[in-house]
Amino acid sequence: MGKRKGILQFFASLYGDGFRNMTWGKPLVWLILLKLFILFAILRVFFFKPAMSGLTDKEKSEAVGQALTKPQDNTLKLE
Amino acid sequence: MDVVVWSRIQFAMTAAYHWLFVPLTLGLALVMAIMETLYVVKKDQFWKKTAQFWIKLFAINFAVGIATGIILEFEFGTNWSNYSWMVGDMFGAPLAIEGILAFFMEATFFAVMFFGWNKVSPKFHLASTWLTGIGATISAYWILVANGWMQNPVGTTFNPDTVRSEMASAAAFWEVITNPVAVSKFCHAVTSGWVTGGIFVVGVSAWYLLKNRHNNFAKKSMLIGAIVGLVGSGAVMLTGDSSGIHAAEFQPMKLAAAEGLQDGGRGAAFTIVPGIKVPKMLSILATHDINGFVPGINDILNGYTDNNGNVVPSVAEKMQKGRLALDALAVYRETDDPMVKAMAKAVLDENVQYMGYGHLEKPEDVVPPVGVVFWAFRFMIGLGMLTALVLLLALIAVWKDKLGAWKWLLYAAIICIPLTYLCGQCGWIVAEVGRQPWTIQGLLPVNVAISSLSAGAVKTTFFIFLAVFALFLAIEIRILVRAIGKGPDVVEPLDA
Repeated sequence: MGKRKGILQFFASLYGDGFRNMTWGKPLVWLILLKLFILFAILRVFFFKPAMSGLTDKEKSEAVGQALTKPQDNTLKLE
Repeated sequence: MDVVVWSRIQFAMTAAYHWLFVPLTLGLALVMAIMETLYVVKKDQFWKKTAQFWIKLFAINFAVGIATGIILEFEFGTNWSNYSWMVGDMFGAPLAIEGILAFFMEATFFAVMFFGWNKVSPKFHLASTWLTGIGATISAYWILVANGWMQNPVGTTFNPDTVRSEMASAAAFWEVITNPVAVSKFCHAVTSGWVTGGIFVVGVSAWYLLKNRHNNFAKKSMLIGAIVGLVGSGAVMLTGDSSGIHAAEFQPMKLAAAEGLQDGGRGAAFTIVPGIKVPKMLSILATHDINGFVPGINDILNGYTDNNGNVVPSVAEKMQKGRLALDALAVYRETDDPMVKAMAKAVLDENVQYMGYGHLEKPEDVVPPVGVVFWAFRFMIGLGMLTALVLLLALIAVWKDKLGAWKWLLYAAIICIPLTYLCGQCGWIVAEVGRQPWTIQGLLPVNVAISSLSAGAVKTTFFIFLAVFALFLAIEIRILVRAIGKGPDVVEPLDA
C-alpha cells in the first residue's frame, strides 16, 4: 500500500512539476488539448456518429446481413 | 464522385496524414535512445545535451501526431460500418491491446523521459527512453496485425449468424498475430521509420553544418543518424523482399499491378521503367526461383496453375462461387427449416473464401488502378535507394572528414527529408491501392463495406479534416523549424 502511494506521489510530482516548469513545451500541451477538443467534442459529437449506434447486436447482424445479401448500389447515390 | 470514392479519399488522407508522424516517432526514438545510451555509458554531458535536443524534436512530432490514428477509428464506425461490424471480433483484440499499451507505455515512460531528467537516476531515465520507443514499436505491431489481416484474412471463420469473421480459439488468435503478411509489413514499416529518423537527423545536422553552427554536435549526430538510417535501409530491402514473396502468394493481382504485368510466365522480367527490363528478375524476387511462374493480370482473370501445381480458378468462376455463397447466406438467414439451414451452411462454408467475388459486376473489377500502383512502386524504390545512397555518403563523409568539401551532400541530405516521407507514402499507396477493390481480401469489396451515407456528408467532413490537418501540420512545421533554428543547448569544444 505504502509502495503504491509512493509511486502515485512520484507520478503526481513528475507531472505537476513537469507542467509547472515547462518552457517551450507549454504551447505543445495547449496544442494537444485543442486537438483533443476538436476531435472528441466537435468532430466525434457532430460529424462522426457511428452509423449503427443505438442498434442491438442482433439488429446490427440483420443490417449487415441485409447489406451483404442485397448490396445497395452506392454508386447510384451521386451528389 | 460517389460516397465510396469520397470515403476512400477521406480515409486515405487521414491515414497518409497519420503516417507523417509515425515513422519519425519510430526512427527518432531509436536515434535518441542510442545517444542517451552513449551519455550513460561514457558519462559525457555532450551526449546528454545532444539526446535532449533530439528528444525535444521527438516530443514536438509526438504532440502533433498524437491521436491522429483515432480519427481512422471514427471513420470506421461512421463511413465503414458494414466492414466494422464484420471485422469487429477480429479487430477488437489487437486494437484494444494497442490502445491500452499506447496509453500506459506512452503516458508513463514518455512522461519520465520528458519530465524526469532531474527526478530519476540516469539509468532509469535511459530505460524510459528505450521503453518509449519500444512501446511505440509494439503499438505499430498491433495496428499492422489488423492491417495484415485485411490483406490476408487468416485465423478467422465467417459466422453467418452474427455476420462476422470470428476467432474461434486461442490458436486462431495466434494465427492472426503471426500472420506472415502482418509480420513482414511490421518489419518493413518499422525499419522504414528508422530510415526516416536517420535521414531527418542527417538532414537537420547538414543544415547546421551549412550554417556553420554546432559543428561538433552536427557531425556526431550525423554519424548516429547515418548508421541508424543505413541499418534501416538494409532491413527495408530485406523485408521488402519478403513483402514481395507474400504479395506473390496472397495478393498476386497487387504484384501484377505493381509490375504492370499484363501476361505473366516463367522467368518473368522486372521492369525498371517502361522499356528497361532486367530478365528473370521478377521471378527471382517474387518466387526466389529464376524460372518461377509469376501470373500477370490476364492470367489472374482467366485462371492459372501456380508454382505448387494448384489450379487457381478464373475470376468468373470465383464470382460464380461467390454468388453461391451469398445466396446460401441469404437462405441461411431467412429459413427456419433446420435441414435447409444445414444445407445452406454447407454451401456457404464450401464457397465462403470467394464470398466477396459475389458482389462484383464483371471480372475486371478485381484489377486495381495499374498506373497508380506501378509508378508509386517505382517512386518508392527509387527514392528509397536515393536516400540509402545519401546516408552511405554521409557516413563516409563523416568518417573521412569530407563534410567541408562535399557541400552538395549537405544540400542533398536536406532535400532527402521530404523525399523520404514521399517514399513512405508511395509504399502505402502500393500496399493499399494495390489491393483494391477489397477492404478484406476476397471477402468484402469497398462498395459493400460502406455505410449508407450520402456523399455530401462525407465530403463535408473531408474538407473539415483537410482544414484541421493543414492547420496542425503548419503549426508543427513552424514549431519544429523554430526549435531547429534555436539549436541544441550544447557547449561546443574549442576544436570543433
